[in-house]
Amino acid sequence: MRIDKQVRDAVNRLDIPFNSLGLDPYGISKQDLVFWGTAVGAFYRWYFSVSSRGIENVPAQGRAMLVGNHSGGIAIDAAMVVMSCLLDMDPPRLAQGMAEKFINRVPLLGRLANRAGMLTGLPEHADRLLEDDRLLLVFPEGARGTAKLFKERHSLVEFGTGFIRLALKTKAPIVPFAVLGGGEAFPTVANAYKLGQVFGLPYVPIVAYGLPLALPAKIEIEYAPPLRFAGTGNEDDTVVHGYVDKVKEVIANMLTAGATRRRGEPLALPERS
Amino acid sequence: MRILIPGAAGILARKVALRLAVDGHEVVGMDRRPWPEAPFEFHEVDVRKRAAEDVFRKVRPQAMIHMATVTSLVVPGEERYQINLGGTRAVFEYARAYGVEHCVFVGRHTFYGAGPSSPLFHTEDEPPMELNRFPELADLVAADLYAASALWRFPELATTVLRVCYTLGPSGHGTLSGFLRGRLVPQVFGFDPLFQFLHEDDFVRAIVLTIEKRPRGVFNVAGPQALPLSTVIREAGRTHILVPEFIISRALGRFGLPNLPAGAVGHLKYPVVVDARAFRQQTGFAHEHDELATIRSFREAFPLPE
Repeated sequence: MRIDKQVRDAVNRLDIPFNSLGLDPYGISKQDLVFWGTAVGAFYRWYFSVSSRGIENVPAQGRAMLVGNHSGGIAIDAAMVVMSCLLDMDPPRLAQGMAEKFINRVPLLGRLANRAGMLTGLPEHADRLLEDDRLLLVFPEGARGTAKLFKERHSLVEFGTGFIRLALKTKAPIVPFAVLGGGEAFPTVANAYKLGQVFGLPYVPIVAYGLPLALPAKIEIEYAPPLRFAGTGNEDDTVVHGYVDKVKEVIANMLTAGATRRRGEPLALPERS
Repeated sequence: MRILIPGAAGILARKVALRLAVDGHEVVGMDRRPWPEAPFEFHEVDVRKRAAEDVFRKVRPQAMIHMATVTSLVVPGEERYQINLGGTRAVFEYARAYGVEHCVFVGRHTFYGAGPSSPLFHTEDEPPMELNRFPELADLVAADLYAASALWRFPELATTVLRVCYTLGPSGHGTLSGFLRGRLVPQVFGFDPLFQFLHEDDFVRAIVLTIEKRPRGVFNVAGPQALPLSTVIREAGRTHILVPEFIISRALGRFGLPNLPAGAVGHLKYPVVVDARAFRQQTGFAHEHDELATIRSFREAFPLPE
């Protein structure tokens, strides 16, 4: 495989304490990141021709949480957001996602995720990464989000509340983002939950054309300005739900505007400054 | 200070004892294994026997470092329980009865166990969640918790329970060293857990600091950052062989592979890594040998057979 030079340069510029072998204390590997980034980068650039808007809203340093919607039957969205922070930010940053628990049990998959900075989705991990001033990638919809069907692609399912408590506790800004086009790239018509159980997966997404491959649909990622909430993380549920709704609203608005734009209708959005 | 070390004849314990003696402490060793060339008072006594109490009575130590536990899963279950639990109970009872001020229990980080959904960095407040996967470690886990109970049972006694990560170094002693000894080192296909290890000399320094600073409580002890097992094997000059899980549990102990119980396979799939910040804060401990120097010291002492 020919290494993507831009990916290699970006990985070399990451503000992560790699040792002389290119490994950080969490086990993130420079070498793995370069290989992974080269492979995913090709999809990012040419297959999904991803465009990212508002990347300047992602803080250049310090702890922050990227919070967004799931788009598409498999987690292509996470990989594309990671690539967008790696290739479109200057200096580049590594967004670290929280992997579904089943991933760690699958040979190769868990290893792949861990070396690229995706730790199992445990509160302890999220907390530690933020305390370490890393960039955390969170999908509050969880696996329910990737299970959205094609017709539901511009909608949001219920958000968990853990991410808000975490943001309050660690005083991390939240950068809401919206991913559009994952639903077109992986148009799920149904989910096979029973079949999923057989393979130890939450479900197996079924597409109309049979093969579980992503189509070359254009994916867009939009980042909104950071939201900061004051508090300790021990607030009442009603307070937390209020904050969750605020984040959800920002994402929903970006999705609605994006869906309109993608249909070719005139934008009713104010000009971004 | 007068320091009694049960289990002093062990390979790492000897290093601790010798270092404390050089530092000017009055060291007394005790072990059922002989150590004829010990340069200080040494009693060839089993901690579980009456004669052990006599040693406490006569020596009246100010501090005790309990290193008379066995990890080796080769020791049959019954006897291991006798040594690890019976022995720990005995030395703490004697320590209390004969006015010891500070007790150090040297335990292991494998206390936490390895599993797919355990956090990467274990903190001291965590229960041993993965014990069901590796029941052979139950006696060591129980000994650790029993020793920690001295914190509330004997409040007049300063108790330190240490959960030390693997050690590696020129002695070639310990679980990780044993695992890396052969030319071929097995790995479970598709899994490459992080391994955390500490140079033997850093281990000794951690114990010496514990004696000097007397931190009360339970502390994880670790040194440099953890490395993937494949990297450890490669840097140690060994060759890893990838074996599917269903084969590895049957192949252990044959074909020149190390002999480990089935539960140990979990430790080849998932990491046991500890957060050792509390110990560093309390004692000022900092490792001197980084991860690569530590592996190199092992590799130089144990080059591959020609």
